[in-house]
This record gives sequence, structure tokens and C-alpha cells, in this order.
Amino acid sequence: MQDWSKDPELRVQHLTMRFGGLTAIGDLSFDAGRKQITALIGPNGAGKTTVFNCITGFYKPTEGMINLRHADGTEFMLERMDDYIITQKAKVARTFQNIRLFSGMTLLENLMVAQHNMLMKASSYTIGGIFGSGKFKRAENEALERCKYWLNKVNLMDRADDPAGDLPYGAQRRLEIARAMCTGPRLLCLDEPAAGLNPRESDELNKLLLSIRDDHNMAILLIEHDMSVVMGISDHIVVLDYGRKIADGTPAQIKVDPAVIRAYLGVEEDEDPGENIVVAAAPAKVAKVSVPRVVVQKRVAKKPVVKKGGRK
Amino acid sequence: MEYFLQQLINGLTLGSIYGLIAIGYTMVYGIIGMINFAHGDVFMVGSVVSFIVILGLGITGGSGSFMIILALALVVIIAMLIASVYNWTIERVAYRPLRGSFRLAPLISAIGMSIVLQEFVRIAQEGRPKPIQAVITGKHELLHRLTEGGEFIVTISNMQILIIISTLALMAIFTMIIQRTSLGRAQRACEQDQKMASLLGIDVDRTISITFILGAALAAFAGMMFFLYYNVTDFFIGFLAGIKAFTAAVLGGIGSIPGAMLGGMVIGLIEVMWSAYFSVEYKDVAAFTVLVIVLIFMPQGLLGKPEVEKV
Repeated sequence: MQDWSKDPELRVQHLTMRFGGLTAIGDLSFDAGRKQITALIGPNGAGKTTVFNCITGFYKPTEGMINLRHADGTEFMLERMDDYIITQKAKVARTFQNIRLFSGMTLLENLMVAQHNMLMKASSYTIGGIFGSGKFKRAENEALERCKYWLNKVNLMDRADDPAGDLPYGAQRRLEIARAMCTGPRLLCLDEPAAGLNPRESDELNKLLLSIRDDHNMAILLIEHDMSVVMGISDHIVVLDYGRKIADGTPAQIKVDPAVIRAYLGVEEDEDPGENIVVAAAPAKVAKVSVPRVVVQKRVAKKPVVKKGGRK
Repeated sequence: MEYFLQQLINGLTLGSIYGLIAIGYTMVYGIIGMINFAHGDVFMVGSVVSFIVILGLGITGGSGSFMIILALALVVIIAMLIASVYNWTIERVAYRPLRGSFRLAPLISAIGMSIVLQEFVRIAQEGRPKPIQAVITGKHELLHRLTEGGEFIVTISNMQILIIISTLALMAIFTMIIQRTSLGRAQRACEQDQKMASLLGIDVDRTISITFILGAALAAFAGMMFFLYYNVTDFFIGFLAGIKAFTAAVLGGIGSIPGAMLGGMVIGLIEVMWSAYFSVEYKDVAAFTVLVIVLIFMPQGLLGKPEVEKV
């Protein structure tokens, strides 16, 4: 049994999502280990974001189960819960491919919104808050401390009172992660956190994610095209193609997996697939990184990485 | 000058009432992007409920001032509660099921709810205007001036003082709720991105319900003040007051709460000034004309955020 299957934080079983006649995800099963970074990769349209949407309650899966089990043993069946309850009770947080900060609100407010439920309870649903009850003040201080901690962690402390929309692109990405962490999650789902980041920024992102995993004992589920991030930090990689799982394993295993290479590079018609595997796998043993690099570049060429943050 | 001052006081009083109603329009628009046309009638419900409770308690201007204060506090609470329940129910039965529908559906539903409320009150309470003896009486003379036409006295009545001060206080409390509390932050978050808000664990439906409840409470307060100011109410006051408050909200920049307050004051002042210096018959025309002019030159309203078109 694989390391991540012993005591998984998230267990997806036979997940199927159909939109009319289109099967976006077909019979997908995988586990995401506790304190592990699990990457979900695959070519465009492979159904990665759909998996996220099922986990976070945007979609109700057509079939299958999504089980979340916290370290203390409480279990949740995510496919039966509404989206806000998933965040509230099951403690799943998520970021989006396109940044969805509350751009009109300040950084601090963005992080405070994420702690809404805790504050609402402490303020006896606002009534205590208006009269400034002690319990509410304590809760608010606690919330502020958490905001400060995360702002420091993502190096945005000096801009705490600026509107979030004014931040440069890379900083907005970091703030999104900080905001997701402020909800106090057990599972963090990141949808292409490195998209549009320059190499230095994505390096910082790697460090941030590793620190979240190690210092906060988090399970992280990651969709990413940037292979330097995927290969650099993930403990476990699940590869999707056309909504089906084609490979599942450690980065080292995935790098040499013939099915993965086929999906990314494609097979030329006159070429025998078997031969292709040999060709692709052989150099990988010599220099482990070189093959995936080629894979990535081919892959990226299809969808050029555009710096989205350049203009607003 | 004295005449102007007097009109200023009258205008601010009326403007306060419009401002309070306008907040309800602007908040609901901000959070779910629809105009709650039944909001004017929620104001009317607040006013009619005040009538019923005041009559039931049997207070008049002759009662002791302590009694009046106590009774009015009770009236405020009951009117706010009942109007909130009405608005909450309206949202629940008439708007929420239509939320995923096309944009006009909740709007039509809102117009329907407005008619339902009016007709309900007309049938349940009869169509006759409902007058009472003034409850809060007394006024203060601010200025004496002898003019050619005789003596002119600028006065401010206790009722006007009460309306202006309580409006300012309510608006201050309200601004604090929106800016400082977690509830307000959740509301602003829902305004910007409901899906993201729900992913942060905010119950969006509940936040929207609370918005309707808060709006209704302010409208009910305005309804009660309107009733005590004019000492008469009926089932139809919600229509014109609602339209004026809506105008105020648009004028101030729909979606902006300070805008709604400012817009209310401006509409109130225009209406009063126009009737004072020109003709009473055309006061509504004047108010709406200003709206048209502002919308032509400042489509986003006085304090609204301009729509930035992203290229």
C-alpha cells in the first residue's frame, strides 16, 4: 500500500461527473495523504478543476464518494454538503485559477472575512459586537493575530491597509493563499497557484507551500502546470487525462511513466507506442529531470504562459 | 434668508426619511443586484403598524413625556420587528427561488410583492387615511426677524429634532455595522463575490436575509417617523416615498450607503425648496428632473464607484 493511502486526509472514490453527454470525470479514485502535497496534473481539459469543484461543493458529483477524515477521526462526506458548510465544518479551503480576492476591501479585511464564522459566534451574531462584549474583543484580537501571522508569512504586512486590488499579481496570489489559510482549513486546494509567477516568485511559493505543509500539518491538493513546482514539492502526483486517472505515484515514478509521457507528448501515428515508451523512458534514467522538462515545454507551448498581472 | 433657513430644516427632515428608506434599496441592490420594489411598501407597513400600536397604547400628545418616550420605544421595536418579518418573508418566498433565474424575474416578482402588500393593507386596514392627534408636540423658535411682510419666525419642532438626530444616530450605528463588524464584512464580501464568500465559510443566503432585515428595520423606523411627522398614514404612502427613496439611492450612486444618505438629503431638500420657491404641484417633477440630469452627466451617481471597463 502506498504511503498516502494508509491514513488519507481525503479519499476520492469512483468519482464521476457528467454534464449531459460529456463525462468530465470518469471513475476517478485517489487519496491525498495527511501532511502531504498531492498534485493533480494533466493536459488542459483533463478535468482537474472539475475535481476541485466537486470537492468544494460547487458541483454535486454524478456518482462517487468524496470522504474527508480529519486527524481526530471526524469524517465528512463532502459530496453531500453545501459549499459554505464544507468550509465551515469540513475545513476545506480553496483558491482559484483566476484570482478572486475581494478587491475593494483591504488586505486585512480580506483575511478577516475568512474568519467570519468564528467572529460571528463570538459576537453573538453581531449584537455583542456592537456593544463591544469582552468575548468578542478577545476573539477579534485572536483573529487579528492570525491575520498578522499570515501577512508576515506572505510578506505583505506593510500593505495590510491597502485595497487588495492594488497589489501586484504575485502578491495577490500569495494573499489568496493566506486568506484560504485564515479559514483554518485541514485541506487546502490550490488551483494553479504558480500561474503567471516569475521563477523567483514561484520559488517563494514553493517555500510557502512546504512551510504550510510542515509547520501547519496541512494536506495540500494542488493543480499546477508549472512542473518545477509540481516536481519540486509534491509528495504524490495524480495524472488525469480526459477525466480519467492515467497514473498515480511519486514524482520519480510519474516522470518515467509511459502513459503520462504519451498523454503529454502524444504518439505519432506511424510510431509504435511501445517503442515510444522505450525512447522516452531510457534517457530519464540517465538524467532524471531532462525528460519531464521536454514534456513540460511541449505542454506549455500549447498554452502560453501569459503574465496576467501585467495590466489591470 | 429666514425663509430659506426654515425650508432647510424642513428639507433635512424629509431628506432624513428618504435617506433611511434609500439605504434599504441600495443595500439590497449592492448584495444581489436587484431593486426591491416592495421596499417602499415595507416602509408603509412600518408606518401602519406604528399607527396601530400607538392607537392601541392610547397615547396622545397629552400623555406624560415619560409615557410617550416609553411608548414610542415600544412602537419602534414592534414596527421594526414586524416590518423585518415582512421583508424577510418577501425575500424568502418571492426572491430567493428566483435567484438563479434571469435578471428581470425577481424584479417582476418585487413589483408583484409591492402590490400584494398594498392590497393586503388596504383590505385589512381599510383604505381610509388614518389620522391621529399629534403625539410629539412643541417647537422651538430659533430666529425672530421683522420683515416687510410682518414678523417671520424660524422654528424647529421637537419632532423635527427627533427625526434628524435619530436618523443621524441610526446612520452612524449602521455605518459602524457595515465597516467594523464581521457581519458587515461578510455583507461587503457577498457584494463582491458571492461564490468566493461562500467558500470562505460565509452563509450567503443568511447574509442576504440579514440585509433584508436590516433594510426593513430602517424603513420601519422611517415609516414611524413619517407617521409621527405628518400624523397621518394610509396604505398608499409606500408608493411615492418608495420611488423617491429609490431616486435618492440612484442619485447617490446605487450600491453606496453614504450615497443613499446623501441622495436622500438632496432629494428631500430639492422637493422642499421647489415647493417653497416655485410650485408645490411640481415638486415631484423637480425631484425626478434632477435625477435625470444627474444620470446623464454622472451615470454612476454622486458617490457611486464608476464602472471601470477592463480592456
